[in-house]
Amino acid sequence: MAKLELLQSINAHKGIVWNVSWHPNGNIFASCGEDKVINLWSKENQGWAVKTMLVDGHQRTIREVAWSPCGNFLASASFDGTTAIWDKKSGQFECNATLEGHENEVKSVAWSPSGQLLATCGRDKSVWVWEVAGDDEYVCEAVLNAHNQDVKKVVWHPSLEVLASASYDNTVKIYKEDQLDSDWNCVATLESHETTVWSLTFDKTGERLATCSADNTVKIWKEYKPNNELGVSVSDKESSWKCICTLSGYHTRAIYDIAWCHHSGLIATASGDDIIRIFKEAEDCDPDAPTFDLICKKYDAHSQDVNCVKWNPTANNELVSCSDDGQIKIWKFLDE
Amino acid sequence: MKVADNVNPNVYEKGSVREVTKSDLDEELNDDFDQREIFDIIRNISDPEHPLTLEELRVVEESNVIIDNKNNLVHVYFTPTIPHCSMATLIGLSIRVQLLRALPSRFKVTVEVTEGTHVSEHAVNKQLADKERIAAALENNNLVQIINQCVRSV
Repeated sequence: MAKLELLQSINAHKGIVWNVSWHPNGNIFASCGEDKVINLWSKENQGWAVKTMLVDGHQRTIREVAWSPCGNFLASASFDGTTAIWDKKSGQFECNATLEGHENEVKSVAWSPSGQLLATCGRDKSVWVWEVAGDDEYVCEAVLNAHNQDVKKVVWHPSLEVLASASYDNTVKIYKEDQLDSDWNCVATLESHETTVWSLTFDKTGERLATCSADNTVKIWKEYKPNNELGVSVSDKESSWKCICTLSGYHTRAIYDIAWCHHSGLIATASGDDIIRIFKEAEDCDPDAPTFDLICKKYDAHSQDVNCVKWNPTANNELVSCSDDGQIKIWKFLDE
Repeated sequence: MKVADNVNPNVYEKGSVREVTKSDLDEELNDDFDQREIFDIIRNISDPEHPLTLEELRVVEESNVIIDNKNNLVHVYFTPTIPHCSMATLIGLSIRVQLLRALPSRFKVTVEVTEGTHVSEHAVNKQLADKERIAAALENNNLVQIINQCVRSV
């Protein structure tokens, strides 16, 4: 039987905990929430303990935090309309750059795999791509207005400079930089969800994407490149993305986050029904019509909505989650 | 001053006050929430445009409250006085805020427009169901002041 074993439960923030982010070394994670505080947690002998508290960075709720791939920078996106970049060049963590430009709430921030680009999105319906231009310098490369409602989440492809965004307009969009004129363009629109798409996650190859929505479903999408063997029609030399699997009937309320583990291949979901679920791809299934089985369902994972789930990047099957109840929980996935 | 959307709404009589029974006073009794208790929490919210309660305007009615104690679900349907009421989202937000403040956090609260009673029913419902937008709205002091005025009994 597969199960999620609770390793530790932490009263982490006052009010809603919106997001958690693992440091690439897997020994530290950051958390943020309604209390406008960023907490950095590290593993001590007694378990996870707060090591640093970053206060005064933002005037309103901090919606998302993200470690850079090198682990030296932490970005935080806030309802106050700004994105802050923190580092500890001076010996302790300080905010050394602030990205301004969104008209109002910034809802998500993500570093590209090289760490050279940042993406942000928000209620003003736009997605911004920023380039790291030097020490504490960030230059806006593109403002993408492909969505017609607020944008909930931005996520980068695991190895390429390909960006995906999820929106209140029920769609997911994929963006790439045109090699000829260096312009960023929306190259694909993924339509199938019936209402807000809250989050998305690439698999380790970046050729599949899992999305989750307030329509209580998870959808798996596959990239079909030009001249693909299956003969899926592809226009304009860009790949097309096709929904190859819908997981419906499992969640009873909105699904706020989804995480595809790049080591185990397991998919974890965080839902407004207080449950964390783990899905596993069936072996030997058709790659163009795969089956995913629900292998673990943790009832009352939190006492309120689960807002975020993240797999530890070091392949130890640890999962961290956070909730409206002010708590963070660290879990170990066991498949016995 | 802005003229109200519905200048002359129908006004209905208020219901009676809930009678306190012996079992209400029994501290030992495990007492579930009932439809009437949920209704009592929201009936005295005032309309943003009139010095009247949502009950007097029949925006909220006891029969439009659904409670499921076992699954911790509360569902409230509200009925704008006119189908193009521009205050529908604000009224829904006031109902939601009042319930979130009054009920234990284990409850999942859904507030929706009564089917077929508003031109933007779907858009209003979607907005009221988006917890991130609600959280952001509740950080807006001006809006919170307006909501507090509404939820303060008339």
